[in-house]
Amino acid sequence: MPRWLRRTTGPVGLVVLWQVLSATGVLHPDVLASPGTIAGTAAGLVSDGTLPSAMLVSVQRVLVGLVLGGIAGIALALASGLSRLGEDLVDATVQMLRSIPWVGVIPLFIIWLGIGEAPKIALIALGVAFHLYLNVYAGIRGVDAQLVEAGSSLGLGRWGLIRHVVLPGALPGAMTGLRYSLATAWLALVFGESVNADDGIGFLMNQAREFFRTDVIVVCLIVYALLGLLADFLVRTLERLLLQWRPTFTGQ
Amino acid sequence: MATDVHGAVTPKTADGASAAVRVAGLTRSFDGRAVIDGLELTVQPGEFVALLGRSGCGKSTLLRVLAGLDREIEGEVSVPRRSAVAFQAPRLMPWKKVWRNVLLGLPGRPERAVAEQALGEVGLSHRTDAWPKTLSGGEAQRASLARALVREPDLLLLDEPFGALDALTRIKAQRLVAELWRRRGCAVLLVTHDVEEALLLADRAVVMDEGVIAYETAIDLPRPRDIASPRFAELRARLLDRLGVDGPTDSPADSPSSSGLADGPAGDGLADAA
Repeated sequence: MPRWLRRTTGPVGLVVLWQVLSATGVLHPDVLASPGTIAGTAAGLVSDGTLPSAMLVSVQRVLVGLVLGGIAGIALALASGLSRLGEDLVDATVQMLRSIPWVGVIPLFIIWLGIGEAPKIALIALGVAFHLYLNVYAGIRGVDAQLVEAGSSLGLGRWGLIRHVVLPGALPGAMTGLRYSLATAWLALVFGESVNADDGIGFLMNQAREFFRTDVIVVCLIVYALLGLLADFLVRTLERLLLQWRPTFTGQ
Repeated sequence: MATDVHGAVTPKTADGASAAVRVAGLTRSFDGRAVIDGLELTVQPGEFVALLGRSGCGKSTLLRVLAGLDREIEGEVSVPRRSAVAFQAPRLMPWKKVWRNVLLGLPGRPERAVAEQALGEVGLSHRTDAWPKTLSGGEAQRASLARALVREPDLLLLDEPFGALDALTRIKAQRLVAELWRRRGCAVLLVTHDVEEALLLADRAVVMDEGVIAYETAIDLPRPRDIASPRFAELRARLLDRLGVDGPTDSPADSPSSSGLADGPAGDGLADAA
């Protein structure tokens, strides 16, 4: 029996067991819908356009939050990574704010920004900015001092060193940061949308909760998971393109 | 020869026209401890000087000063405007292909052909497009040499460039440096702890100790040099002695021949026939 087959028996067995328990009535649909029902619901939500439009809204939130948070995080990391003054002004502040759990600021964001798109995007941007800041800053500071010295012995000026030595050297750290911050962005989306939403995947879930539609909830969870996987795949592809000089890189 | 003066004290601009390197009264302290203490050194254009010394004697610090990487100094230092360094580790930028590494920092927009020519000179044409991390140790060191040579330096500073190579690769690399020096005619300052390497390559060996040049000798051996010649063994024994390695060396010719051959005229840049 090949290994992959052995490894699939667990998940498949679980789904079969789940289906059997649902079919025999042991697992009530109000607790958890059966896999068959869920598949049917998913097909229905896709064909009537509900799910695609909800996904579009949610993905848009993540993208906008990612861009805004990314710009903020990278700009701050460059400021504190490349200059002593920037480090003194920025780093201590960011490190202090970092100790606040970012999910905890949701009430404040609602007070400040209302319950529309703004607090959700702000929450995503916040999570993204911290992760990118920390990794890009560490990446810049982790650049091999010997390479910087070699660069200056080759006649590179300050800007040349930043462009040819420091920033490329910080890129692996930045990519790690991007991967973390994408994971955070999805998490922030789930939190943001579960508090209040009038569209998007979170809205579908809230609505389903009102009507005990566990099948819809599970479909939404699966969508979240698939979007997360897709994002991870995109970052890996980006890494493969940008970091091909790394012999240790094995991210297929 | 263009002369670039740097450091805390910056006198004379075109005065050192006759010398490639002129160091006078150089002092470099770390936390109040002088690693280089009033050092004097002159290197003639085209001269190959080996700088020997025990680890921690300040020889690498001196090279960093000459390379302009350390400017917290007292004293006078003048080096050619065009000088280049090859370090012990090749220090290639891993994110740039070999040929881009070679061209890095050159003024203007040099063409790829410039890099190809320099890589050809060190026998690395076939790795022009390789990523540095895929090079072997010897290849990386040759790429680093090409990167130094492409600057057409009047002074080439080598900081133990063969230290990390295995014995066979080191012999090849030493031959390559000898060949490049013969062809280019630039002054070379080779920092090394390997007495045989110094005797194989240099016109003159200087020994650094206690922050100054404690000893120097011309290496007036015909090239290519024969490691088995009695004169070679005698010079080696003397330098090892100066470096504080006591007792008989493992050389077969170390027992007699202590007198009879005096030091060559120190500091007298000898051109050689080879």
